Parts: sequence; structure tokens; C-alpha cells
Amino acid sequence: MMSSFMTARQLGYLSCSVCHLLCSNCPESGAEERRRCPRCGARLHSRKPDSITRTWALLLAAALFYVPANALPMTTVTALGKAQSDTILSGVIYFIQTGSWPIAVVIFVASVLVPLLKLLILACLLISVQRRSRFRPRDRTRLYLLTEAVGRWSMLDVFVVTILVGMVKLGTLATIEVGPAALFFAAVVVLTMGAAMSFDPRLIWDAGEEIHD
Amino acid sequence: MCRRCGCELVRYQSKDLQRPLALACAGAVLFALFNAFPFLALKKAGLVHQTHLITGIYFLSQQGAHSLAALVALTVLLVPAAHLFALLYVLIPATFNRTLPGMFRVFRWVRTLQPWHMLEIFMLAVLVSLVKLAKLAEIVPGPAVYCLAAFIVVTAAANAGLDPHAVWALWKDPR
Repeated sequence: MMSSFMTARQLGYLSCSVCHLLCSNCPESGAEERRRCPRCGARLHSRKPDSITRTWALLLAAALFYVPANALPMTTVTALGKAQSDTILSGVIYFIQTGSWPIAVVIFVASVLVPLLKLLILACLLISVQRRSRFRPRDRTRLYLLTEAVGRWSMLDVFVVTILVGMVKLGTLATIEVGPAALFFAAVVVLTMGAAMSFDPRLIWDAGEEIHD
Repeated sequence: MCRRCGCELVRYQSKDLQRPLALACAGAVLFALFNAFPFLALKKAGLVHQTHLITGIYFLSQQGAHSLAALVALTVLLVPAAHLFALLYVLIPATFNRTLPGMFRVFRWVRTLQPWHMLEIFMLAVLVSLVKLAKLAEIVPGPAVYCLAAFIVVTAAANAGLDPHAVWALWKDPR
């Protein structure tokens, strides 16, 4: 089934990653790093430069930040002189106990499950590409597209903290302060978004192609 | 359909640019409104605490979380504003079949900024905080909440109805 068609790369073309203009890939048109799309000015490359190294770097940094993001308190509520710190998980447990099941599920999925799955999926994809795996490339591409699309929703908890901090300012009655976890958590989201963007899904297909060449 | 990964490559979309332009103009008006009007108010024991959309960002930076405040400001205010005005800069000449200097470069930014435009996530965060605070005090949503909701609908419709190829196709190869 493979190679019943030619890829643009085999024919000496490359497509702009932003506007999809097909540009010729002849070596005379300059070094690959310096070439830009004539239409939209985006950098042209047949594969994203240092994709695997960059993605690993961002991914490891995100995995490192994931620990304090979950262990440290997200918010500290001071009500009538009593202070109470909440982590992400204790917030979820609070919602379960007060009976707000749907909200608990939304927060758990957006801020615990999605970042964790994203870290695992990207790590698996990177390893499979590095080992030149030919295992179900179509499903691996789908998995990648899914992680890329879903990742931004993890910002939910950061925004909730922002709104709470702005809202609850009742003099001496009650205040809410940001905890140290919020910044770590935001860093996890931004870093995993960067990792997903720097990964090049075309690498998944390269392993199958080389055997045919 | 891509023969390899099964992704959709081309979809028939209307090449009409007037509808996205109209929606983007409405978006610009709504953007000004939800920033100007009061956002949420908290009532408890006779005290009323009125907030605007930027209040949370302001308090974040007052509590020393400057980088977090900057990130939130970027994803809910600056990027959406930049995205909207860049879109208008592209769509206004494009509806008249004209081109402006740097228009395609600007449109590239419109396309690449998209994932950092997080107002719809912010709206979900508003709902979550409402549930969270409902037991603590009475919450009064201000006009800005409705403007924000309308803004999200309008910009989503503008982006969904806009066929990027209708804009890219205006480009003529200088060679």
C-alpha cells in the first residue's frame, strides 16, 4: 500500500507550514535554515529543525515542573483569620464532597489528566520516532493531533485562580492569595504546548518511507 | 483527504469574506465593551466588591506573581486584541480584492497566534469560579460577562467561516 503516491519531498518540493504554498526545494535557493516562504514569510523547512531535541528539552522541563505544580498549594484562602491552602487535587476533592460532580470532573480532566497524558503521549511518540518504529503511524499521527488541540484547555485552573484572586477581596472578611503552584502549573501548560508545537508529525512517517527508497 | 494519515486536506468552504469581516467588526465592538463594563460583583454582608476583567490580573501582580499576571494578560487580553486587529487589517482590503503592504505576513501571525487565544477557556473558568463562590457569597454577573460570551461566539463564527485559502489566493507570485 505504501508509496503508491509520491511525497512532495521526493519530488523536490516543500510546503509552507503556515500557508501551504508549494515551494521548490532546490539547493540553489540557499541554505535551508535561511529560506522563507515568499508568500507569508514563514521559515521553510522540510522537517522542523532539531525537532526531537527541542521537544525532549521542553518535555523534560515540563515534567519537572509538574511535580511542584501538584504538590504545592494553588491558592490560600484567608477567611476570618483562618488560612487554608488548597492544591489542585484538594480543590477537586472539595467539589466532589460538595456534590458538584461535573465541575470536579472538568477540573480533574483539564488540570490533572490532560497534562499527565500529554507528557506521556509526547514521550511515547518521541521514543517511537527515535526507534524508527513502523507501528500504526496513522494512529500515532491522530494521537499527536489530539494532544496538540487539547493542551491549551489546561490553562483553565490558572484562569480560575486569577478570577478568584480578583473577586474575593472583602476587607478583613476573606481574601484569596495565589500559591506557588500556580506559576509552576502555568509553566507546565506553556512548556507542553511548546513541546507539542516543536514536534514534527512528519517524522512518524519517515521510518516507513526509508525502507522503500 | 490525506492518503497517509486520513486528515482532511481541503474542505469546500464559502469564499465569501464579507461575513467574517462583519463578525470581526462586531468582535472589535464587543472587545471594547467587555473591557469597559463591570464584570462580576460579589455581595456579602452588605459589602459589595465590584470587579472588572483586569482586576484579577491587577491583584495577581500586586501579590507578587508578576509573570503569572503577564501570562494571563497575554492570553486573555493582548493576544485576542492583536489577533482581532490583524484579522481586520487583512480582511478589509481582501474584501475589496486589494492587498496592503505586509498583509500576508500579518495573516501568517493571525494563523500562528490562534492557539494562544484563550478567552473561551477563560469563559469556562468564569463558570467554575461562579460555582466555587456561590456558597461563599452572592455573585452578580455584570454586562461584561454577556459581552464576553457574545465575543467568543462571534470570533469563533468569524474564524470558522473564514476560508484561509480565499485570502492566500490573493497573493500573486512576483516572479
